[in-house]
Amino acid sequence: MKIEVNGESQNVEATNLSELLHQLDYVDTIVATARNGTFVRAHDRSKTLLEPDDRIEILVPRQGG
Amino acid sequence: MDTPFTLYGKTFASRLMLGTAGYPSPDILAQSIRTSKCEIVTVSLRRESGGSRAGQDFWQLVKAQNVQVLPNTAGCHTVKEAVTTAQMAREVFGTNWIKLELIGDDDTLQPDVFALVEAAGVLTRDGFEVFPYTTEDLIVADKLVQAGCEVLMPWGAPIGSGRGLNNPYGLRSMRARFPAIPMIVDAGLGAPSHAATAMELGIDGILLNTAVAKAGDPVKMAHGFALAIEAGRAGYLADPIEPRDMAAPSTPVFGRAFT
Repeated sequence: MKIEVNGESQNVEATNLSELLHQLDYVDTIVATARNGTFVRAHDRSKTLLEPDDRIEILVPRQGG
Repeated sequence: MDTPFTLYGKTFASRLMLGTAGYPSPDILAQSIRTSKCEIVTVSLRRESGGSRAGQDFWQLVKAQNVQVLPNTAGCHTVKEAVTTAQMAREVFGTNWIKLELIGDDDTLQPDVFALVEAAGVLTRDGFEVFPYTTEDLIVADKLVQAGCEVLMPWGAPIGSGRGLNNPYGLRSMRARFPAIPMIVDAGLGAPSHAATAMELGIDGILLNTAVAKAGDPVKMAHGFALAIEAGRAGYLADPIEPRDMAAPSTPVFGRAFT
């Protein structure tokens, strides 16, 4: 299935957001997630099913002003 | 006797807040925080590839400083983007504090104050404690307070410009109009004297990033700003004299010789 992850088109096998994080090597990493512009809590990731053309954001702590 | 510097129920000894971006190295960032004794730092959320650990390393470094973090919504242009970013930040950083930035113009990074007020209301109702990056416009400030903001963060000048205070009159008016609301000048300062001037106007705190991070010696500059903020605050509390046009001799005229 083709989706967009952090602005880049990707073919993924994952069926939900939790699987996607594992597939993309975000294991044991502190991240925040959003699907199609809406925040997805960490405990909701496994029940958040992916659909073609979804836009997923995976964000990490960074420097800021 | 000074009043405590209290933001959303938390009291701090330092009135300096530091951004964490653009330092020559993580170690220099950490030294700048320690040397300035600042107790609040701003952070953000950004994209990163799954294999990188830079974000995790940065977060460990910040946590090791034992400071309050203030996540931002930097770069957001819409209410939806800002609200989603704030919700994501709350989960990652574990705080209801959010520095609400809603950019309306990419050249000046001037806030879109209409979207800012709307987002402030949405976030406050969702339990956030909002620090709005705003202009010195009194009507906007009033609407932010009505929306639930207990802190105001007017700009000194455009972000990263180092120009100092573009509108001291506006900041003085804002101070007078909102005497009980903590006010923090956020953005645009370049030198410690700018911070001292803001504090002499009665501003409660200063938020800096570029002025320190891009200085030739960030650690020394952070220390300089910390001293300037203390000096400016002391000057404000000491009730400075009013300027006058003509000279007034400080040495007593009475008793002068040769008269």
